Amino acid sequence: MLEAMGLSSLEDLFSHVPPEVRLDRPLDIPPGKSEYEILDFFRTHGSECADGYASFLGAGVYRHYRPVLVDTVVSRSEFLTSYTPYQAEISQGTLTTIFEFQTMICQLTGMEVANASMYDGSTAVPEAAMMAVRLTGRDRILVARSVHPEYREVLATYSRHQAIPVVEVNYSQESGALDLSDLERKINPQTAAVIVQSPNFFGIVENYQEAAEIAHRHGALLIFVFTEAVSLGILEPPRTADIVAGELQSFAISPSYGGPFAGIIATKEKFMRQMPGRIVGETKDTRGNRAFCLTLAAREQHIRREKATSNICTNQALVALMATVFMTVYGKQGLRELAGQNLAKAHYLAGKLPLRFSGAFFNEFVVSAKSPDAVNERLLQQKIIGGVPLGRHYPELKTSMLLCATEMSKREDMDTVAEVFAT
Amino acid sequence: MIKKVRPHINQNEVLLFERSSPGKRGYQLPPLDVPHIDPLSALGARNARSEIADFPEVSEVEAIRHFTRLSAQNYAIDLGLYPLGSCTMKYNPRVNEQAARVEGLAWAHPYQPEGLSQGIMQVMAALEQALAEITGMDAVTLQPAAGAHGEFTGILMVRALLESQGHPRKKLLIPDSAHGTNPATATMAGYAVQNIKSNELGMIDVDELARVADEDVAALMITNPNTLGVFEEHIRRIGEILHAKGAQLYMDGANMNALVGIARPGDFGADVMHLNLHKTFSTPHGGGGPGSGPVAVKRHLIPFLPKPRLSRGDDGWAWNYDLPESIGRVRAFYGNVGVHIRALAYIMAHGGKGLRNATLDAVLNSNYLRVLLEPYYDLPHRAPTLHECVFSDARQAKHGVRTSDIAKRLIDYGFHPYTVSFPLIVPGAMMIEPTETESKAELDLFVDALISIAKEAEETPELVRTAPHDTRTSRVDEVTAARKPILRWEPAQAKES
Repeated sequence: MLEAMGLSSLEDLFSHVPPEVRLDRPLDIPPGKSEYEILDFFRTHGSECADGYASFLGAGVYRHYRPVLVDTVVSRSEFLTSYTPYQAEISQGTLTTIFEFQTMICQLTGMEVANASMYDGSTAVPEAAMMAVRLTGRDRILVARSVHPEYREVLATYSRHQAIPVVEVNYSQESGALDLSDLERKINPQTAAVIVQSPNFFGIVENYQEAAEIAHRHGALLIFVFTEAVSLGILEPPRTADIVAGELQSFAISPSYGGPFAGIIATKEKFMRQMPGRIVGETKDTRGNRAFCLTLAAREQHIRREKATSNICTNQALVALMATVFMTVYGKQGLRELAGQNLAKAHYLAGKLPLRFSGAFFNEFVVSAKSPDAVNERLLQQKIIGGVPLGRHYPELKTSMLLCATEMSKREDMDTVAEVFAT
Repeated sequence: MIKKVRPHINQNEVLLFERSSPGKRGYQLPPLDVPHIDPLSALGARNARSEIADFPEVSEVEAIRHFTRLSAQNYAIDLGLYPLGSCTMKYNPRVNEQAARVEGLAWAHPYQPEGLSQGIMQVMAALEQALAEITGMDAVTLQPAAGAHGEFTGILMVRALLESQGHPRKKLLIPDSAHGTNPATATMAGYAVQNIKSNELGMIDVDELARVADEDVAALMITNPNTLGVFEEHIRRIGEILHAKGAQLYMDGANMNALVGIARPGDFGADVMHLNLHKTFSTPHGGGGPGSGPVAVKRHLIPFLPKPRLSRGDDGWAWNYDLPESIGRVRAFYGNVGVHIRALAYIMAHGGKGLRNATLDAVLNSNYLRVLLEPYYDLPHRAPTLHECVFSDARQAKHGVRTSDIAKRLIDYGFHPYTVSFPLIVPGAMMIEPTETESKAELDLFVDALISIAKEAEETPELVRTAPHDTRTSRVDEVTAARKPILRWEPAQAKES
C-alpha cells in the first residue's frame, strides 16, 4: 500500500504533524491482552460488586427481569454495528423499530408524538423544560421537590446558564405527594412549566391531574416525569400533561451502575416542532412502498447549528431497541400483569413496615427508621441490600429510607427485611 | 458496472401492531408468591388504568421473526466498509459485549454501598487513567453520555472558570468546518457564536484568529485534525493566541482516532476536550447510541469537573460530592458505565503499542483511498490528511450527478455511503473515513466501486441519479415525510391500507 502512495514508511504519513507536538515515547498503557485475560479481569471485578445479594434499591434504577429475547435481538450485528439511520434505503430495520418505539411510547403515555430517545430521564427533564420555555415564551420553571433529587440537580446545571430560574414546590409531610397549595402560591405569569414526577421519588402516585389544571389555569405547561416505566402498565397515562419526560431503564435495561439507559420525550402534536432529538416518520419510496426515514431535521443541530432545539446528536438507539423488544415480549397483557406483580410485592413488604407517608404507591415506599444506616448494616449481614437513606437529599427525612420491591423480590427476603426492622 | 453484489430474499414485514391479535403472548411470569392486590383499591379509580389500547400482542416466535427480518434490512459494519467521515465506524469487538454483561457489573445498582462497588469503581478509575494518558490531560470525568453532552460539560467548565475570574465572557469562536453540535452547544451554555473562516489549506487562519480573539472570547472550539482530516499545523500558536487573551482552547475529540499514540492534545495546548468512546474506542454505534463522551481537562479546570468524582481513600474508592466549585451534575448517576467497560476492554486488548498501530493503520487506509481516488474525484483542499479525506462532486456535477447521488449509487455496490455534504465548507462534499478496520482487499473493492460510479456519471448519469436500484427499498421520499409528518402508527391508518 505504501508503494502505491510513493511512501517508504508509515511514519511518513505524519510528516506534516509538527515534531514539537509529537509524542516522543510509547503510551504508558500495559501491553495488549488476550480475550481470556480481559474477561478474567472483568469477571474478577464483577465478583467484587454485590454478587449474590438481594436488593431493595430503587430510586430511579429498578431490578426487573430481562427477557432472553432482548439480548438476542440487540446482539444482532445489523442492529449493534450500524450507525444513525441517515441512509434510509439501507436502514429500514432501525427506522422501523424506532417508529414502533415512538408508537408504543405514545400508547403508554397518552401523548401524540414521541422522539427516538434522549440520553436518560435526568437529561430529558431539562430538555423538556427548555422546550416549554421556547413554547410559552416564559422563563420560569417550577419543579416538585418530590422529583428525583439527581434529576433536579441536572436541571439546575442546565438552567443556570440560560437564565431560567427554577423554583421548588414542597411536598406534603403527611401524604408524600406534591403540596398543591404551595404550587398555587408559587405559580405566576412568568411560569413556563410545572414539573411533576409520578410515581414520585417517594413512590407516591401524584395527583398530576390537579397540578395540570393549576398549570393550565396560569398559562403554563405541565411536564410529567416518570422514572419507573413499568408503573404505566397499571397507572392512568398522563393524558392532560403537555410534555412527558421519562426514563425507560425498567424495560429490560440492565442497571449497569447507572447507565446506559434511555430517556424519552413525548408531547402533543402541536408542540412537535419544538421537541428535541431524532424523530422517525412514515413515507413511501419511489416504488410506492411504505418506508421510514428520519424527519423534521430542521429542528436539529446538523441543520440549524446554533439555532437548534438541542445539541443532542448520538442518543440511545440500541437501548431504546431493548425497551422496544421488552414491550413487544410483554405486550398488552404482560405489562399489566407485570405491573400487578410489582404492586402486590411492594404492598406485601410495605404491610410489614412502618410507612412514613399515607399516599397511594406503586412499587416504592418510604419507611421510618431511627437509623437507616444501622438497618442497612444489619441487612447486609443477611446478604440483603436495603433501601436508600433519604437524609442526604431531604434533611427533614433523615430517619426515613426508600425501599422498592419488584417482581424479582422473593417473599423470604422480604420476610427477612421485616424481621430486621422489627428487631 | 462491476457486479459484486446480488440481491437477497427476505420476507416483507408488517408493523408489530398489524401482526398483533388479541390474546397472543410471548411471556410467562412466575406465580405470585404474595397475595394479589386490587389496583382499584390500592391506587384509586382516578389512577388505575383499564388497558393499554393497541399495544402489541404477539407470540415469541412472531417477535423474533419480526426483529430478525427487520434487522436484515440494515447495513452494518459487520457486513462491510462503513466509511462515514468523522464517525469512525470501526469494528466493535465482541469480547467488549461479553465484558459489559458480566453479572456483577451489569446488575450493579448506582446506590449500592461503595464497599460493594469497588470492582466497578476500579474499572472506571482505570479508564479515567488510560484516557488521561492518551490525551495528555490531568483529569477525566466519565459522566457525559455522548460527544455533544461532553461538549456541553466542557464549555460549562470553561464558563465556570471564567466566572471565578470575574466574568464569563460572551462568545465562542467556532471554525466554519466544525460539527453542528459545536454551535448548538454554545447556545445551550449561554454563549454567542462567532464563526472563523478556514484558509485555502482548510486550516484555521491564524492571522484572522489573532484579529478576532479579544476579551469577549471565552474559548475556541477546535476539531483537530479538523473535519477535512487536516492536522492544524499551527495548533501551538493557536493556543498561545487564546491564552494571551485569557481564553481557553476547547478540543472536539471526534477525530481522536487520527492521533492516539502519535500526539496528545494536552501536549499541544488544549485546556479541555471530549472523547467519543463510540468512535475512537470501538463501542458499538447501535443505530445511533448509546455513546459516551468523557471530558478530559488540564489541572486549572479540575475544580469545576461535574460531581461526584471518583476519589481514592484509605478504604478504597469513594464518590466525592464535596466539590464547591463543580459545575454540578450533567446526568444522574455516573455516566454510561456499560460503555465505559467496553472502551476499557478495547484499550486493554490493544495496549499502548497496539493503540498506536491502530492509528497508523487508520491513517494509512485513508491516504491509500485518497491516492487511488484522486484521479477520479475532485480534491478541493490539497493539504496532507490523516484519518479521513474530503472529495467534492465538482467533476460529476458537470453531468448533473451530485454527492448524494454518488452516495446512493454506492449502496448498489454493497457499501454504506460516505458522509454526504459535510463539512459545509466543501460544496458537494464526500467525506471518507475508512478506519483501521479495513483490509486492502475491502478498500480495493470500494475504490473499484467509486471508479465505476465516476464512469457511470459520465456515460449514464441517469442511472446514478435514480440509485439505488438493487435495494428492497428504493429512494425514500423525505420531503413528504417532513411536510406531512406521520410519527406513529394508528389503527385507522391500518384499515385504509
